[in-house]
Amino acid sequence: MNAYDNPWVALALYLALLLALSWPLAQWCDAVFSGRLAQRWRPLGSLESSWLRLLGSRADEDMSWRRYAVAIVLFNGIGLFFLYVLQRLQGVLPLNPSSMGAVSPDLAFNTAVSFVTNTNWQSYAGESTMSNLTQMLGLAVQNFLSAATGIAVALALIRGLVRHSAQGLGNAWLDLTRATLWVLLPLSAVFALFLVWQGVPQTLSASHTAQLLDPVTYTVQQGTQTVSQTATTQTIPLGPVATQEAIKLLGTNGGGFFNANSAHPFENPTALTNLFEMLAILLIPTALVFLFGRWLGNWRQGAALLGAMLVLFIALYAVGASAQATPNPLLSKLGVQGPSMEGLEQRFGVVGSMLFAAVTTAASCGAVNAMHDSLMPMAGFVPMVLMQLGEVVFGGVGSGLYGMLLFAVVAVFLAGLMVGRTPEYLGKKIGAFEMKMVAIALIVVPTLVLAGTALAVRLEPGLAGLLNPGAHGFSEALYALTSAANNNGSAFAGLSANTPFYNVLLAAAMWFGRFLVIVPVLALAGGLASKPRVAASLGTLPTDGPLFVMLLVGTVLLVGALNYVPALALGPVAEHLALFGIR
Amino acid sequence: MNELKSVLRPALVSFALLATLTGLVFPLALTGIAQVAMPWQANGSLIKQDGKIIGSRLIGQDFSDPRYFWGRPSATATLPYNGVASGGSNLGPSNPVLVETVQARLAALRAANPDAKGPVPMDMVTASASGLDPDISPEAAQWQAPRVAKARGLPLAQVVTLVRAHTEQPMLGVLGAPRVNVLELNLALDRLAGQSTSGSR
Repeated sequence: MNAYDNPWVALALYLALLLALSWPLAQWCDAVFSGRLAQRWRPLGSLESSWLRLLGSRADEDMSWRRYAVAIVLFNGIGLFFLYVLQRLQGVLPLNPSSMGAVSPDLAFNTAVSFVTNTNWQSYAGESTMSNLTQMLGLAVQNFLSAATGIAVALALIRGLVRHSAQGLGNAWLDLTRATLWVLLPLSAVFALFLVWQGVPQTLSASHTAQLLDPVTYTVQQGTQTVSQTATTQTIPLGPVATQEAIKLLGTNGGGFFNANSAHPFENPTALTNLFEMLAILLIPTALVFLFGRWLGNWRQGAALLGAMLVLFIALYAVGASAQATPNPLLSKLGVQGPSMEGLEQRFGVVGSMLFAAVTTAASCGAVNAMHDSLMPMAGFVPMVLMQLGEVVFGGVGSGLYGMLLFAVVAVFLAGLMVGRTPEYLGKKIGAFEMKMVAIALIVVPTLVLAGTALAVRLEPGLAGLLNPGAHGFSEALYALTSAANNNGSAFAGLSANTPFYNVLLAAAMWFGRFLVIVPVLALAGGLASKPRVAASLGTLPTDGPLFVMLLVGTVLLVGALNYVPALALGPVAEHLALFGIR
Repeated sequence: MNELKSVLRPALVSFALLATLTGLVFPLALTGIAQVAMPWQANGSLIKQDGKIIGSRLIGQDFSDPRYFWGRPSATATLPYNGVASGGSNLGPSNPVLVETVQARLAALRAANPDAKGPVPMDMVTASASGLDPDISPEAAQWQAPRVAKARGLPLAQVVTLVRAHTEQPMLGVLGAPRVNVLELNLALDRLAGQSTSGSR
């Protein structure tokens, strides 16, 4: 076996670099978000305080959970409105070199919700729908702000766990500003330049027209006739791709400049950019886990969460990589050898494609460098399961950490039930209010996924969107709802999603899947912050050791299995069994 | 209600400020830096010949002339390698349409390459994710070499050597897969033909 065909070599290299890069980033985040950086470095401090004065807030404003939640929802509501209007008006606004017209109302609504919720589901095809102004001032802005929202909510929840007998969760405006200006922007600037160096375009000019060496003859359907035509030129689309691309990955957003997303050679030109795009996706989520341990004053608490994430990640990656490396029996019968390359790019190979698929769905990113619809059944199963587990295996920027903390609370609750004790997590007694909030946050997403899929496969406009027949068609609908409600944004792209039915259904799934989780999480944070800290006793379940890692992994898998096993059995599992002739 | 009012101003002002910085200042500044420091990449890695743009190093083109190496099948809409409609076929692994399509491609390739040795390489019969894949595997290039050599009247060894010179290995031996950039290989072929014999056409 060649070294580049070995899934473990690439994984080891990837994880080593990920941990090595996210550790120093965690230290930087600590300095930024604790306010230490602003204290030590006066110019920054005075910049922050004049920024806050302009807003009408103060650095020492400490928000209750309700106020924090209102601030977050309102801030995102403004973003939603702005992005919708921008798309509707792009035809008469500047920076539109390719003269794109107004985006249709249902598509503009879907895209606005999609980018505000950090989903970045692509019903649109970037190169033929969006003007440069919309890409920059609309989509890229939400790439930053939705990621900053995730970071802010995660910070509020950590503060809820760290503080005791307190009312406030911090200042939402300060958290959003610091996350955007001192974390996301500088990282994006460096990453964007790296991408340009490797070949990602960054220009305001429209497309170029190339004279082809070898003209292309093709047929088009004109009414009932088939007409043969010849093309002697190729349009090469350009734009401010690199800046969009950098934050698309760092903010676990995933909405591509082009329709083919990170499979497009202009978004992801080399094996090296592929590695760093994968690193960018999980960089901040991993750093936030380290930050969690740091703020608790016990790094082992963070390490325990990280351990559980790693166990799930490595196991699911292994399933996906081996499934895709197994030749498709239908193609082998025709005499072609090796793993199927349908929907894969040559420069990434099977390993580079499957690692990307696992990374992007472990996080709530949803960028794709291969067409997941064409993956082998059990290889397409892996991204679906990673999303259905709630995107807590590293997860999205901020959302991964707060999602995993919800499961940690469930885990201590289950452990408490077993021995008949009031559950505690990190010195906080978990009461009825907290469990209710956790239950709401955990039940919302599966409900949206399963009810939405049921609607899609029961209603005519839903069925009309499916490309592939049989079990695979069901998988397309299940994947779309899973991706939307979990705010991932990747797709089994055969689904014709740009219809009023899917645009509205998926927009609803994205919006509620985001904010019906964020609000209960903030309520949970508020409830925890107000509690006194109880001293650990002999009966306290230690949450920083291997026992807890196993308990947490078990909890995540149990909840995921209870929710999704029947649906998965009808989709990818049924297709796998049929394809390999297992009866 | 008062609560809402008191957060409305900070929400509006911070949105306006952050949107300006991340949506205008950041991309415009980076465009400036990129255009000055790395103009070739920033403008799409274009290849020019006699002052005309003939393509981008990163964007594949459709070749069907036997004198050129062919790229991977492309599933882009209307015509293959359509630069403004990137995307894959999205055919699932058990879809009968996929099997029929691969079968048709196999038959066409075998008919066009009677002297080729060994089975048809996988990447030659499966559509790429972007529909614009600029590369093929080295096996796919070597498999086509006899056809190209014959059509151009070149010794096979010379074509094989050219393919080898254009084969790029995986990063550090572990990242990605070995590949050959089809457009660059074909341009090299044209140059080769121009140098050795100008009359063999």
